[in-house]
This record gives sequence, structure tokens and C-alpha cells, in this order.
Amino acid sequence: MSGGKGDADNMIPVLFILIPLVSGLTLFFFKNEKSARSWALFSSVVTLFVSVSGLTFFNDSNHLKFSAEWLSFLGSSFSVKVDGMGQVLCLLTAISYPVIFLATWKNQYSKASSFFGLMMLEQAGLMGVFVAMDALLFYFFWEMVLIPVYFLCSRWGGEKRVQATFKFFIYTFLGSVLMLVAIIYLFSQTSDHSFSIESFYRLSKILPAKTQGWVFWLFFAAFAIKMPVFPFHTWQPDLYEQSNTPTTIVLSGVIVKMGVFACIRWLLPVVSVASFQWGDVVTSLAVTGILYASLIAIQQDDLKRLVAYSSIAHVGLMCATIFSETTIGFQGVMIQMFNHGINIIGLWIVVEMIGKQTGTRKISELGGLAQKAPSLAIFALIIGLANLALPLTNAFVGEFMMFNGIFSSGATRYNVIFTVLAAASIILVSIYILNMIRKVFYGNNNEVTMAANDIKWNHKLVLSVIVILIIWLGVYPDSILNLTQGLSETILKQSDVMHLFSGK
Amino acid sequence: MQNALQLVWLIPFFPLIGFLINGLFRKQLSKSLIALTGCGTILVSFILSVWVFLQVKNGNSDVAEYFNFISAGSFKVPFAFQVDALSSLFLLIITGIGFIIHVYSTSYMKDETGEHYGRYFSYLNLFVFSMLLLVMGANYVIMYLGWEGVALCSYLLIGYWFKNTEYSKAANKAFIMNRVGDFAFLLALFWIVSKTGSVSFDVVFSKASALGTSDVTIITLLLFIGATAKSAQIPLYTWLPDAMAGPTPVSALIHAATMVNAGIYMVTRSKALYSLAPLSQDVIAITGLATAILAATIAMKQNDIKKVLAYSTVSQLGYIFLALGVGAYTAGIFHVMTHAFFKALLFLAAGSVIHAMGGEQDIRRMGGMKGKLKITYITFLVGCLAISGIPPFSGFFSKDAILLSAYEHNKILYVVALFGALLTAYYMFRLLFLTFNGSFRGTEEQQHHLHESPAAMTIPLIILAVLSFAGGFAGIPDIFLKGGDAIAEFLSPVLPPEGGKTVSHSTELILMLLTTVLVLAVIVLAWFRFRKYKPEEEKGLGKFLKNKWYVDELYEKIIINPLDRFGAFLSNVFDRSVVDGLVNIVGRLVNYGSRQVRLLQSGQVTSYVLLMVLSMLLIMAVQFFLRK
Repeated sequence: MSGGKGDADNMIPVLFILIPLVSGLTLFFFKNEKSARSWALFSSVVTLFVSVSGLTFFNDSNHLKFSAEWLSFLGSSFSVKVDGMGQVLCLLTAISYPVIFLATWKNQYSKASSFFGLMMLEQAGLMGVFVAMDALLFYFFWEMVLIPVYFLCSRWGGEKRVQATFKFFIYTFLGSVLMLVAIIYLFSQTSDHSFSIESFYRLSKILPAKTQGWVFWLFFAAFAIKMPVFPFHTWQPDLYEQSNTPTTIVLSGVIVKMGVFACIRWLLPVVSVASFQWGDVVTSLAVTGILYASLIAIQQDDLKRLVAYSSIAHVGLMCATIFSETTIGFQGVMIQMFNHGINIIGLWIVVEMIGKQTGTRKISELGGLAQKAPSLAIFALIIGLANLALPLTNAFVGEFMMFNGIFSSGATRYNVIFTVLAAASIILVSIYILNMIRKVFYGNNNEVTMAANDIKWNHKLVLSVIVILIIWLGVYPDSILNLTQGLSETILKQSDVMHLFSGK
Repeated sequence: MQNALQLVWLIPFFPLIGFLINGLFRKQLSKSLIALTGCGTILVSFILSVWVFLQVKNGNSDVAEYFNFISAGSFKVPFAFQVDALSSLFLLIITGIGFIIHVYSTSYMKDETGEHYGRYFSYLNLFVFSMLLLVMGANYVIMYLGWEGVALCSYLLIGYWFKNTEYSKAANKAFIMNRVGDFAFLLALFWIVSKTGSVSFDVVFSKASALGTSDVTIITLLLFIGATAKSAQIPLYTWLPDAMAGPTPVSALIHAATMVNAGIYMVTRSKALYSLAPLSQDVIAITGLATAILAATIAMKQNDIKKVLAYSTVSQLGYIFLALGVGAYTAGIFHVMTHAFFKALLFLAAGSVIHAMGGEQDIRRMGGMKGKLKITYITFLVGCLAISGIPPFSGFFSKDAILLSAYEHNKILYVVALFGALLTAYYMFRLLFLTFNGSFRGTEEQQHHLHESPAAMTIPLIILAVLSFAGGFAGIPDIFLKGGDAIAEFLSPVLPPEGGKTVSHSTELILMLLTTVLVLAVIVLAWFRFRKYKPEEEKGLGKFLKNKWYVDELYEKIIINPLDRFGAFLSNVFDRSVVDGLVNIVGRLVNYGSRQVRLLQSGQVTSYVLLMVLSMLLIMAVQFFLRK
């Protein structure tokens, strides 16, 4: 690094990547399982500390930007910046790791040092994705997230994990390749032969609509798989069902947001014309997916699959909202990316606890758990209510803003019908969440739940943190909305191509 | 003066604190401390509400803004409370009746263990908190917070005895059905936001006249659908009778002080919109009246003491909506108030009966209880007289105001409404006679057990009986006392009087007389039919009514089952075979192709990608450390 004290000020985004990266690489050399576990927790807490300080003490653009030369012969540079959206998503990433480690503190893994090492590498990649301001760098980090995930899923998990991982691999690998093609093509079209985000953003007004169209689909395929948007979703329930809990949590809590995030940063502003033209098609898919996944969620008997389909519905709403191109909708997506992460992490912990206490995840086999595990029941209910977007929980704010965004969208003529269909999901979500809670926790004990115990202090601690976040952002969402306000408006302005179509 | 009203946040604050204390420390606190916290916080809110009431009496009103709840660009939702005559009246009802119900509960629930006792009171406080939020909100979003809040609390309290599967099913039904209404409410909100750019009442109402008729009509109809869920009207009323699964004081709270008034309050608050949408008003009037009659016919054949009262609530709410639909907002609100008195009374008295019967709720196994339960009997009788509209009990004045408005609006509405009033008297006195008159039809053991309830339950009954008797004097019509309509006077800053009366005094008097004579005749009829009651099998129409017009079964057939089958098809067939099947075909093709080029031998795909990333990492490291 180019030394000097001046640069030390700009280290926040670099630290985001460096701490987990170094921690992860050293972890591979750990022999003792306990110390590997402690080291992973320690470094993730340090990252959380850096992330929080990036929101408070060092919350100005000087501290949150860093650039160094890297692969300059290719026109790429190591350019990273934590903007509003980055702050929110890095915070989510930083919070989720200590929470996961604490919640799964007692879980045993064969080759624990590799497990934790891969987890930390994955975190480094995630942070990189959220701060990268260079397309090649972005792609690099994108892959850096996926590689550890393949290993984590295929080596630790249920019996059918290899098949599930293979499906996931085929899907995402295909997406990545398409995205790489798109990135390289865009690079070749830039005037200054650069991968920098500014050069890419300039293309939105230059590239002809037809070219933008196929670039759009190359990109969107990768992002849609990651979110996932109907009909690219079938890898998800299988993988969540088979994978180990920490990986599932990172996948659904954070990695899923990569797709949403990437649409906002790398799709809309880069191929704005195509995003506008294809908006209706994408929104139709997303809205179909919301209802489709909600209806299927009602039918699920396995808790993990229920959460998986619920997530597909919730992410579908974010996807639909992005293409409505409204400030209120964008702001809703921003806050909902964080909220959904927090809520689904909470849900997974609850599901994990139910499984641990009773030995099953089948809803039909459970019942009356509230008598044996009252604390777990209370946490499950609160997190469940957050998941169905009850007012004064975090998700209500996000959903309210997103529905408003779709409804008031000028980018589509079908805004009313899209909103009606999307908002109908609030009925369906209450059906599957409340039925799940009723069947698992209420009623009388049976032989499965008879021997269950209540949760221990570490779970109470992490679930309390989650509940506090749920209520805090439900009552005072402006604390996040203020961070992302500027960025939402900037990106919308960059992506605004409606004037080109005003003649139509 | 205006600044003092900024303190209104204290009114919902205290119940919230009560909820937190009782909820978090329910295992540590003693039962008496729990009861003290639960009741004390509501009492403080009630005292504050009285203070607010006195402040706004002279036509004052204030919007107190605290912080920005949601903001996105120019769109802002402030966390703001509105205090005016309308909301302050509701504050009094909510905290006043709420307090009485809390006190009653301390005794009614005394057999619960400390932990569940705390849970019960924390829910009750949360219920009051949510309802306060609903009526105090200065914009639709804050109102909506309370709107769903009361649905949550009803869910928690209906399913309070969570070991009973049927009860938790009823709780789910209440929440989900309310969600259907919420869906419509939210759509109305989005519509409002996109047309006016705001959700604050003052802005929305001032811009209302600039909206197109179709916009206003759609908005108001959607809002009304929302109201039909909360206030149990056709088609979303079926959750309310099932909500009887909760402890009896909860029913009193839902039916009298809180939840069911939400829809009425919302429509009244949105008067500025409804006055621009005559079509919506007609829909409200007709729906309200139809609900009133439907529910009354069902109530005639129910045998569960609480179910009869539940359907009577649905029916009475129908009357209130009829009033709102014909533009008689003051009459509607007046009936909300008197109904809160006598319905709380009836439910709590029913609770006293159930308490004496050791949990029995079937009136076929009751009878002759007036000897043993004197206070309960007399107060219940007062409730029946009030709800039937016998002068000078409170229900007479409020129901008469509604009937008169209906008469002015449309004679057919009036006749049907009058018919409903007769049904009301019939099923209420059937209930009274079956419960308290005749001979006891329960078991020996039950008869031996019969006793009057303790003072903590009977004193609330007496207070409510006094209110049910005298509450109507707040709105004495002009023909009896010039300027006697204090409630209309009080509400006039928010709900200005609607034009001059078109009905002459003599007509008004004749209508009153007619109603009263007919109602008395029906009561006599009921007396002869039910004083010596013997249970018998219902046939024909009776069976149809007893089974509630088979509406639940109909919903199951035409909505729930098809949706369930469709979901099962998607889940088991479509998602697995079609969507995933296609993916698998693609996967096999990839696999096949890869074998052809021998790129992915032995499934070691990941290592290639790892290699790629590692080499990129290496390049980065080399670039970093060797550059300078």
C-alpha cells in the first residue's frame, strides 16, 4: 500500500475486507477447534466494531473511500467505497457473523478450522461485493463469496447436500459466466477502457437500446438466480434444507441481498434504457413469484422449506420494487434489505432451536412447544410477526414503502395491478406464519415435544439483539433511511430514462 | 393551552409501560403487583383523558408532532397525535371502560398462575395502547399502527388459552380475516399517497375536493372494506363470534371499548372523503343494515350466552354503519358510546354467570338464576333494556337517533331497521329469560355451586349499569329538552350538524312511540315463549339460523378449499416437476456438455474456480506489495 499517514484515514472499507480475509487465512492453520471458534468470533466482533465506527465516528466520505492501483494494464483498479447502501449492507454482514457464531456456539464440525476459515473468507468476499467500485473487482469478490459457499454446503450438512450443492453450483456458475461476459463486453465499450463504475455509468446514455437489452439479461440472470426470483428459485429450498445452519443463515440473510444490491448498483444505472424497457417483464416475474412462493409456503411441512419459500416471496417484492424506480420504493428496498436479513437470521435461529430441542423440523410432528420452551415461543412469535410485517416491527416500514413505490411508479402502466397482487401476499404470509406458530407451539404436548427444554442464555442473548433491532427499526426507521436517502436519489437520477420515452 | 396538549403522548405511554413491566417481569412480580400495574396505568391514562376532554371541550384541537416516522424524499410520515372532540371522546371510552374491565379481570382471572396472570394483563394493556394509538394518530399510518396492533392483541387474547387447539384456530382466524381488511386499507392508503402525496388527515382532507369522484369512491370503498373486518360487517364478520374463545373480559374489551369501534372511528374520521362519495355511503348504509338483520336472525337461535352477545354486537355495529351511511355521524358515535356501556355490562354480567356456572356457557343448561345472582340479574336486565331501546335507558336515545336519520333518508331503510330493532329485543330477552327465569336446567353440582360474584366483579357491573341507564341523557333530542343534545354539541367542531331536520316534531314523537310499543310487545311475546323453556331440536329455518346461515361453510367451500388445493398443486406438482424439472434438464445438458469437453472431470468443478480465484488473489497481492 502506498504508505503515508493520509491513507490510514481511508482504511474503513479496506479493513472490512482485510480483517475477515486475514482471520480466515490464519484459521486454516488452527489445530484446536475451540480456539478456531473463539478466533472467528473475536475477529467478527472486531469487524462489527469497525462497521459501527464507520457509521458513527468516521461517517464522512473521506474515511469511507479507498483507491489503489491493481491490474492497471487491464483498466481495473482496487477502488472501494462505502456509500449509504454499503454502510447498511456491511453493517448487516458485520452483525450477522457474531450472531451466527454465538447462536451456533455448541455446534460441532469435523475440521472446524477449515469451516470457520471458509466462513471468514466468505465474509471478506461479501464486504468486497458491497464496497467494490470497479466492475472487475466486483466480479472478483462475487466469486470469492461463492467458492467458500460451495465448500461449506458440500462438506457440512444433510445427507443430500452434494446434490443440492451441485444444483446451486450449476445455477450460480452459469449466472457468473453470463455476468462476466456482460462485464467484459461493457468494458470494451467504455471510452477510456476502464472497469470503473463511473465509466460503466456513462454507458447508460451511450449504448443503443438493443445492445442494452441483451446485456441486461446477462446481468439479470446472475442477479435473479442469486435473489432468487421466480422461476430461478428451485435451488434454494433444497439447499437450505440440506445445508448446515451457519451457511444457510449467511446465504439467506446476506448473500441473497447481493442480487438485490447488484440490481441497484450495477444494473439499473448501467443499462438504464433496458431496465426501463424490460421492467414490466421483470416485475411480472417477481410479482408472480411473490404469490407463487407464498402459496407454496402455506403447504410446507418442513420448517426450513417454509422459511425458504417465505424468503423467495419477500425478496421478490424487493425485486419488483426496484424496477418501479421511485424514491420511496428505493428507500423501502434499502431498509428492507437490512430488515429481511435481521428477520430471517432470527427465523433460522428459531428453526435451529426447534430442531435441536425436538429432533425434528416437521411441523406436523410438533405441537405444544410453548409449554416446554416459553422463551423460545415468545421469540418465535415476535420474529414471526416481524416476518409478516406487523406495524412497529421493522419489516412493516420496508413493505409499506415498497408497496407505495410500486403503486406510485411512473415506469409502468400496470402499477395498480402489480400492487394489488403483491400486497395480497400480506394475507398469505399471515396464514403460513401463524399456522406454523400454532402447530409448533400451541396445543398440547406430544411425545416429540415432551422432552424439549427452553433455550439457553447465548440464544436468549442473540435473539434479544434481533428483537431489539426489529423494534428499533420498526419505531425509528429513519436511522437507516437517512443513510441511504442521498444514494437512492443519485441512482434514480442516473437511471432516469423516462424522458426518452415521453413521446410514447 | 395548545402546548399543554403536546403531553397527550402520556396517554398511550402508560399502558405501554404497563405492558412492558407485566410482560417482562411476569415471573417475578406478585399477582397483586401485576394487577396494580395493569389497572393503575390505565387509570392514569383515564385521568389524563378526562383532562384532555376538558381541554378540548371548548372546541380546541391540536396536532402534536414528535418525530419523523418514515421519510423518503418529499414524502414524510410524522409520528403525530391529533386531539380533538372526536378522539377525546374515544379516549374516554377506551380508557374508562378499559379500566373497569381491568378491575373486573383482577378477580375473574384470579385462578391463573402468576406467570399467565402477568401475561394476561400485559396483553390487556397492549390492547388499550394499540387502540389509543389508533384513535390518536394524526395520519393514516399512525392509525394503521394501532389498527394492526389491536388485531395482534385480539389474536393474543383469543388464543390466550393456547393449549386448546380450537382457541388458537379462532385466534388465527381473527388475525387472518383482519388481514384481508388490512389489505384493502393499505391499498386505500397507497391510493391516497399517490393522489395527495401525504397521509396526514389535514392535508388529505383539504385536498379531497380536488380528487376525482372515481378516486374518492375507490378510496372510500377500500377503506370501508378495511372497516368491515375490524368492525365485523358483511362479508368479514365471521371472526368475531369465534373470538369468544378468549376470556370473557376480553370479549367485553373487544366488543365495547376497543377493536370493533376501530372501523367506525376510521370511517367517521374520514368523513371529508365519504361526503364526496355518495355511492360509498349507500354501500355502507346497505351493508350495515344487512349485517344488522343477518346477525340478529342468527342471534335468535344461538345457545351459547357469549355467542348471542357476539352476534348482537355485529348487529348493533350494523346499526352504527347504517347511521354513518346516511350521514348521521353524530348519531353513530352516540350509539358507539351507549353500546360501549351496555355491551361491556352484558359481557361482564355474562362473565359473572359463567363464573357462577363453573365455566358453563350453554343457556339451555341455565335458568332460574335470578335468585342466587341478584346483582348480576338486575344489571343484566338493565343491559337488556338499554340495548332494546326502552326509554329512558341509554340505548333508546342513541337508537332512536339512528332510526330517525334512517327515516329521513329513506323509508325502506327505516322499516327494515325497525324490524331489526324488534329482533334485538326478542333475542336479548330470550337470553335473559333462559338464563335467569324459569327453573334451573343444569346439573345438581352446578346448582349447588351457584353464587354471586365477588365485589371486584359486581362493582364494575353496577357502575356500567348506571352508565347504561343514564348514558343516553348525553343526547336528549330537542323535542324533550331544547339544547339537550350535549354530545352533538360537543362533537360539532369535528362533526358539524348535518342540515336542518326535515321531520316534524309530531312525526318524530309518533315514530318513537311506535318503536317503543312494538318493542314492548316483542318482549311480552318473548316472555310467553321462554318463561317455561324446554330444549328442543331445531328444524328448517331454525336450523339454518342456528348454523349461522352456513356462511363459514360457504367460505370454506368457495375460498379456502380451492386456494388450498391450488397451493398443493403448485407445491407438489408444478414446482417440483415443471420448474425444477426444466432446471434438471438444463443441468443434465451442462453435465453432458462438460463430459464432452472433459473440462469438469470427476466433478472437481470447484477446484477450477478456486484456482481461478486464488490466482486473482495472487495477482492482487503481487500488485500490492511489489509496486513500491
